[in-house]
Amino acid sequence: MALSREQMAQRVARELKDGYYVNLGIGIPTLVANYVPDDIDVMLQSENGLLGMGEFPTEETIDADMINAGKQTVTARKGASIFSSAESFAMIRGGHVDLTVLGAFEVDVEGNIASWMIPGKLVKGMGGAMDLVAGADNIIVTMTHASKDGESKLLSRCSLPLTGAGCIRKVLTDLAYLEIENGAFILRERAPGVSVEEIIAKTGGKLIVPDDVIEMTF
Amino acid sequence: MAGLDKRVATYEEALAGLTDNMTVLSGGFGLCGIPENLIAQIKRMGVKGLTVVSNNCGVDGFGLGILLEDRQIRKMVASYVGENALFERQLLSGELEVELTPQGTLAEKMRAGGAGIPAFYTATGYGTPVAEGKETRQFNGRNVILEEAITGDFAIIKGWKADHFGNVVYRHTAQNFNPVVATAGRITVVEVEEIVEPGVLLPTEIHTPGIYVDRVILGTFEKRIEQRTLKKA
Repeated sequence: MALSREQMAQRVARELKDGYYVNLGIGIPTLVANYVPDDIDVMLQSENGLLGMGEFPTEETIDADMINAGKQTVTARKGASIFSSAESFAMIRGGHVDLTVLGAFEVDVEGNIASWMIPGKLVKGMGGAMDLVAGADNIIVTMTHASKDGESKLLSRCSLPLTGAGCIRKVLTDLAYLEIENGAFILRERAPGVSVEEIIAKTGGKLIVPDDVIEMTF
Repeated sequence: MAGLDKRVATYEEALAGLTDNMTVLSGGFGLCGIPENLIAQIKRMGVKGLTVVSNNCGVDGFGLGILLEDRQIRKMVASYVGENALFERQLLSGELEVELTPQGTLAEKMRAGGAGIPAFYTATGYGTPVAEGKETRQFNGRNVILEEAITGDFAIIKGWKADHFGNVVYRHTAQNFNPVVATAGRITVVEVEEIVEPGVLLPTEIHTPGIYVDRVILGTFEKRIEQRTLKKA
């Protein structure tokens, strides 16, 4: 079975370490906040100028002046700080964020990522994604392995305009966890019950399958 | 003494001097911390041909989105189109010139503009369409592109409280782009929820020192919420 969005978030959460500052993108990455293990403390950075994002508010505490990068109403946790957009991106660009999790349309074997526009069809804008991928060392991309029509999103070369060049080394899809090294995807883990053959069939770029591919458990 | 008293009484005075084809920088992120009444005043004034620099362009019917309705904006510099259907439609049809700019680069362009730095190098956007036509260099093995600063004829921002001197504090994440935008306008106009007596704001808590601010006006705000999200019970 392919991973659900919740399971993808759970798997990403296993990469969190005590004391990390973490930037979570919109969509599946946002869900990672629900799976921070109880025995570690991490601080979530929101690019609109909040370090220490807390949980969603209640009817009593909701405040139009407290939002996250997805424009959702949020709260600030104990130890939080609030600052300008310039300061926020100084943190991001300056490499001060320990882990960045974001979505994408495509990634390729060179570590390129495309996530912000489909020419002639859809223009979302890059928001902070270009700064995030350029500034971070430790990035996990979360995405579905293939489109609804079965077209692979893990390619030899991205077909869409890039968000960043040569900056991605870890990808979690609904089928697998892969690393990118020396011009190839390396299959590290597969989703429970998903065969290596299926992953091979749905991966467009060069894929290396080591002998010890782990089956994820939840 | 009045030289340092930045208060104005009406929105007409607040934006006096804004004319066609000027560049306007606006604070805000999404609909949070936007100068909603100053934007509404620009709509009333009917000025056209504007270049507007702001992270987002509001939504259909609110914020900067209302300036798209009468085609008052000729060029938009922003990082995110998002869910603004009219913006996306005018962009795709080519009737609105749009310079999509990475969010951190956008903030830094205005920070640099306000700080007298004409341009800076950044790794953001290297190898992407953003780098097209821009000078590239390598520092310590890292590829970077040259990005130029942005300044504006007018900067419009939203603060929480200000005093007569134009010292401003922001509330929560309504700060966002406002402090950088404030520094980069030839004329900077701030609208606030409260104007306090001089001395009430502590020197240590000022976010935007009054030197950057030319006009202060008291407003009332709708503060529309874009994504109302509550904790699950």
